[in-house]
Amino acid sequence: MNILVCVKRVPDIGARIDLTEDRQAITTKNLGFCISPHEECAVEEAIQLVEKHGGQATVLTLGPADAEEQLRDCLARGIDRGILIETDQPEWDSRETATALAEVIRSEADKEPFDLILFGNESADSTGCQVGIRVAHHLNLPCVASVKKLQIGDGDATASREVDTGWEVFSLPMPALITVKEGINLPRYPSLRGTMKAKKKPVDRLSADKIGASLKMQQLVHPPEQKKEVDMLGEGSAAASRIVEVFKALEVI
Amino acid sequence: MSQFPKQAKVVIIGAGIVGNCVAGHLAERGWKNMVLIDKGPLPNPGGSTGHASNFIFPVDNGKPLTQLTMDSKRQYGELGVERICGGIEVARTEASVADTKRRIASSKCWGIDSQLLDVDGCVELFPWLNRDKIKGGFYTPSVSVVDSLRAGTIMREKAQDMGALSVFANTEVLDVDVEDGKIKGVKTDRGDIEAEYVIICCGVWSPRIGEMAGVQIPLAPVVHQMIDAGPIPQLAHVKGEIGYPIIRDMSVKMYERQTSGTMEVGSYAHRSILIDPDDIPSNEQAKLSPTELPFTSEDFEPQLEDALELMPELLDNDKVEIQYAINGLISLTPDGEPLIGETPEVKNLWVAAAIWIKEGPGAARMLAEWMTDGAPELDPNHVDIARFYPYAGTKKFVWDRATEGFPKLYDIVHPHEQYLDSRNIRLSPFHSRTKELGAVYFETAGWERPQWYESNKTLLEEYADRLVERTNEWDSRWWSPIIDAENIALRERVAMTDLSAFTIFDIVGPGALDVVQKVAVSQMDNKVGKACYTLLLNHKGGIRSDLIIARTGKDSFRVITGGGHGSVDKKWFSDHLPEDGTVQLHDQTSALGTVGVWGPSARDLLESVTDDDISNEDFPYATVKKFRIKDIPVWALRMSYVGEYGWELYTNAEHGPKLWDILWEAGQKYRVVPVGIGVYGTNARLEKSFRLFGNELDTEYNPVEAGMALPRVKAQDFIGKEAYLKARDEDPTTLLCTLTVDDHTDSKGEKRYMVGNFPVLTEDGESIVDAKGRPAYVASCGYGAVVGKYILMAYLPPEYAKAGNKLKVEYFCEHFPVTVDIVGAAPLYDPKHERLKG
Repeated sequence: MNILVCVKRVPDIGARIDLTEDRQAITTKNLGFCISPHEECAVEEAIQLVEKHGGQATVLTLGPADAEEQLRDCLARGIDRGILIETDQPEWDSRETATALAEVIRSEADKEPFDLILFGNESADSTGCQVGIRVAHHLNLPCVASVKKLQIGDGDATASREVDTGWEVFSLPMPALITVKEGINLPRYPSLRGTMKAKKKPVDRLSADKIGASLKMQQLVHPPEQKKEVDMLGEGSAAASRIVEVFKALEVI
Repeated sequence: MSQFPKQAKVVIIGAGIVGNCVAGHLAERGWKNMVLIDKGPLPNPGGSTGHASNFIFPVDNGKPLTQLTMDSKRQYGELGVERICGGIEVARTEASVADTKRRIASSKCWGIDSQLLDVDGCVELFPWLNRDKIKGGFYTPSVSVVDSLRAGTIMREKAQDMGALSVFANTEVLDVDVEDGKIKGVKTDRGDIEAEYVIICCGVWSPRIGEMAGVQIPLAPVVHQMIDAGPIPQLAHVKGEIGYPIIRDMSVKMYERQTSGTMEVGSYAHRSILIDPDDIPSNEQAKLSPTELPFTSEDFEPQLEDALELMPELLDNDKVEIQYAINGLISLTPDGEPLIGETPEVKNLWVAAAIWIKEGPGAARMLAEWMTDGAPELDPNHVDIARFYPYAGTKKFVWDRATEGFPKLYDIVHPHEQYLDSRNIRLSPFHSRTKELGAVYFETAGWERPQWYESNKTLLEEYADRLVERTNEWDSRWWSPIIDAENIALRERVAMTDLSAFTIFDIVGPGALDVVQKVAVSQMDNKVGKACYTLLLNHKGGIRSDLIIARTGKDSFRVITGGGHGSVDKKWFSDHLPEDGTVQLHDQTSALGTVGVWGPSARDLLESVTDDDISNEDFPYATVKKFRIKDIPVWALRMSYVGEYGWELYTNAEHGPKLWDILWEAGQKYRVVPVGIGVYGTNARLEKSFRLFGNELDTEYNPVEAGMALPRVKAQDFIGKEAYLKARDEDPTTLLCTLTVDDHTDSKGEKRYMVGNFPVLTEDGESIVDAKGRPAYVASCGYGAVVGKYILMAYLPPEYAKAGNKLKVEYFCEHFPVTVDIVGAAPLYDPKHERLKG
């Protein structure tokens, strides 16, 4: 199998998110960077599929030069090669990103077609849930989003996603594009040896034309703070009678 | 939770291992009404304690850190939070193997059990070491891991249970109130507290809190990278936290420490990464904690390779994953030692910072004893925050030294090794002249001091038959045979030595006599013009300094002390000035330049450039006098640390170059030689058995043991008198002796000339320990080129302290025979001090 995984470099946020003064971005001075949790699962899925079915996996990202760090991290986990579409602008919108990715995927596929293209369901920062679906549209590929189970058959794939009432199960021909959600697998950490090997794996650097944004950032705002109130009911057995009162008030008992 | 207090006796800022233990120790000593605050939550407020590796290797090559570590280990053990696992420092290179032998010497000096291991020995204790990569190891059975968070909690809760402490987490200090140089309290985001004492125990944040109070806390937060790798199948069977020795891979500056089924791999090999305290994220901003910063993997990559090489069976496995990786923040000071004590700038503002887990409880006990009794049990000299001069509080200096110091943390550091950056901070008025003469400079307290002069190379030929060659690279590192030649020339001709690094201050005003009388052991009520070498004691009778005090007037005294300890001495005198301001301390250090002119031709030289009477009768030994050298006024002291007739000449800094030129030109007739501190501080002073503070003298020894008890005790009271009188009545448990090496030849036939500290053993090679548990070790050593002997100074219990007694010293695991030459103060050279006194 020839698998492609698309990922995005995002800040590895702490508990509180601080905004820059112009409110156009979040402050990343104290933050590391990573890929999104759903994307970690997409990477893991690709590695497991190659382990099971053979072939190779490629990771693709669009971002600043520093995004190589995230590609190397994916390579350390077991992906075979990386492609970085290097940008000098901080943020491309989903339409621009999808167009640039699709173009590169098309030209890569000309050399060796991909059987499967994996995305995370959404990125951890902008959570647009769009890029994967837009790429599928550009490439005219069948697409299922929010997948939590994936089985590969002979030229087709079975993708399942969880809904309130149970599971929706899709069968689709390959090549196909799937966006996956956390829960599909338990992603591995890089091993020491994997980290060493990743240094020697190939990363191609490409560039792409920006088609022009269709969305414009106005400003970021914090959601209103949710007030938390903590009422200490007491310590040890002394708290028992008040707990009973609270349970009664809540009609638990 | 109790109401936030408006007043407290003591406010402790910081609830890491140090702050908690300080609270516990102060409570034990009867302190009440204390408040502990931290801006983070408990039990882990987010400082360096929270991410510490928590392992303790007790043996350091330096005594102060080893003592704090040993005390901390004992306390962790008593708190029931220590688990002994043993530890091996493995060596990959021949240099590292040699250093393990030096570690053995250090462990014997400080009384810690340890042994050398060959490769088989290492592998027997830790079966997964790659035998092909190591050449041996240094094993310390008492290496342990501790639960520092639990220890802190126990100490904190103990103080709370005693009703001595209230605790407020999630409380941030916004400002520190100081009035008239004295602490008043702290402002926090939950209200203000008036306090009699404030103690800063804020680890990496300490400089920020210090700034609020206007005090310098010279430390830099530096990154130490670590990862957790696992699960490791071979370790799955281990019950509890640790079942195998901790490995320190010294040659590549790393360690591997088992934690249940994983291996923590830590590095001190990466580039120095410093973080400004203002840039440390808050608890709210940080993903893990404020001191667990995002891992920068590119810095760690070479170390991964090293770790895989050392333990391939454990780590080189695709299933062994990097589960946790951080850039952990720790504190580093310009000299690598902790910062403990009262700040010189603000009364009652105390600090315990730049302290690691291995020193935490010991440092806390030291601080609590110091605050309670006026003096701690262990010698605080090397860790006293007052040791730094103002320049050392600048961020540039702290940063540069921390940058240079970080790679030394796991490196092989020579006892005389010099910092290469941040130099030329303090230059003597004679600097341009000494530089022209090819001075090789060593640094003390920021001063550039000529250690020897390359221009004296010609002396090597002249004295060739009296010099010894050091073939061993280690023994001759940071050293030159020119020092030995200068030693001989000094005693045959006349020497000029730049002494401008002295710290000099005048104590002036009505009551000045009372001040100096109170701090000095010797009688200070002398005639004007008399100079006196005296010891200063702490409240427990230990030696806290030695210096010169000259009476310059009825109500004025000049104190002259070494630059290395001068800042601490200055604080000590300042602390004992009367509060009404009638006695003042005036620092003259920067106003004066000092040159020593000593040797058989010193008097002839000086008489040739002055019209004043400087004869022995008019200007006797141990006096001071003002006179003129041509057109330069000088203030001179007739004393000598090198034991020759002569003077220390003090002049205003602006006259310095001219004074030097006059002496130099007139000196040509007498074949004057510039002589460096190599002779002054080592060779010549050892020939005279003169003691050096910080080596032979520290607060753990009293004047009787040091052989420096005076024939009579003055009637006036002075600090430490009671303990001093008691020590005089008791038989000493140890005595300072001068020894010489009988044979320098090691088992390979190479002659070794020792440097650093190393143990003194019985003739059978057994350790010697005094009745108070203090092992015998060499505190100073060097070649007395004129007496032609390699001289050692060491404290020995009375049964060994006998002239003529044959003993051994251990150096790089080889034994060398030595003889006890002198017990007490008499020197090998000029025992009656005839040359000195004239």
